[in-house]
Amino acid sequence: MDWRDQGALLSVRRHGENSAIIEVFTEAHGRHAGVVRGGAGRKLAPVLQPGAQLDLAWRARLDEHIGSFTVEPLQSRAAAVMGDRLALAGLNAVTALLGFALPEREAHPALYRATMALLDSLGTTEGWPLVYLRWELGLLEEMGFGLDLGSCAVTGTRDDLVYVSPKSGRAVSRAGAGDWADRLLPLPPCLLGQGPASNDEIAAGLRTTGYFLEKWLAGELLGKPLPAARQRFSDAFARHSGRR
Amino acid sequence: MTEATRDIEALIDLMARLPGLGPRSARRAVLHLIKKRGAVMMPLAKAMQQVAETARECLNCGNIGTSDICDICRSEKRATGEICVVEDVADLWAMERGQVFHGRYHVLGGTLSALDAIGPEELRIPKLVDRVRAEGIAEVILALNATVDGQTTAHYIAEALEGMGVSVTSLAQGVPIGGELDYLDDGTISAALKARKAF
Repeated sequence: MDWRDQGALLSVRRHGENSAIIEVFTEAHGRHAGVVRGGAGRKLAPVLQPGAQLDLAWRARLDEHIGSFTVEPLQSRAAAVMGDRLALAGLNAVTALLGFALPEREAHPALYRATMALLDSLGTTEGWPLVYLRWELGLLEEMGFGLDLGSCAVTGTRDDLVYVSPKSGRAVSRAGAGDWADRLLPLPPCLLGQGPASNDEIAAGLRTTGYFLEKWLAGELLGKPLPAARQRFSDAFARHSGRR
Repeated sequence: MTEATRDIEALIDLMARLPGLGPRSARRAVLHLIKKRGAVMMPLAKAMQQVAETARECLNCGNIGTSDICDICRSEKRATGEICVVEDVADLWAMERGQVFHGRYHVLGGTLSALDAIGPEELRIPKLVDRVRAEGIAEVILALNATVDGQTTAHYIAEALEGMGVSVTSLAQGVPIGGELDYLDDGTISAALKARKAF
């Protein structure tokens, strides 16, 4: 059994004295783990930083074995974000959420492409928080918890959609919300694909996606708490937008 | 394993658990110890016994010593108003080998890690904040590893110390002494370029 692909490194765990078990996210093989001989050594450890783009060759005697990777660095993304508190928190949230949510060895090509676009924009383009927010929406969709934001769940209208129902994940219009408005989640225009967005709108969007990640993905599907890195990112973003 | 060699095999098993040693090298080391029983093995056993009884973490900085407060924390000469924050005792020893830092240290005992579920509460960050307040610290030097986890921790600490009137600095990142550009990864080159200075 063997294959060759490219992928982003999600996590590294030391294995024995010199080796490491890594998890990568590839286009054709999804989230995939494997052993890297010498992965904890001086030569490879700097290469194996979360977010790094790697050329991967995986080999195992049987498909169900964990197998071993031979890795070649293609692009280090850590250096671009290390000096930027928010971008580093974003990188940690992306890698933690993918490691948490994706089933092993199941391809998600659309999510892979969205992840590559996000990782490449982290810390290098001004508007990456909006890319991140839309990526979370895509992650929910890919995991089977897509929000239905096309029309109001109460009135059916497509206009003035400003809330999301925490129960159904459907959009609700201002008129349809009535007295229930304070129990609904915010639906900023950027979640409907209408940009550019202010930091306040992105923070509101993160509250909404965070709610569904926590309740649906972590709570109902996986039955464990969301990685702390996601909360740290949304806290860092709230502080960052408060300062501006 | 025979009855006659049981103790020796047990010693080999224990030695093989040490970092850098495998079963074969542990066997070689034990044979050497037995041959040099008087010159090496007995003093080693005595020293190990002694350290096992006396070694402890410094209550102030987390360094390892043989008293509740380590020599560095006790020394008045090292009260320079600077604290160097390191991840591990091994990092502290590496800094001390350089003999260029004359302040005090603070050992965190790890870094924030989503994978290993290590949050701020598991590290000695609250103690660092207390020390900065109590010891009249003017500068905190973050000497953490240039890894994603290391820098995430550095940013967290910088944030925890905000508003305390202390200058927070970090070690430079870039080309190592004796390093050749051709052999450096793109991340290191990009960090070095960002941190370039007037020549």
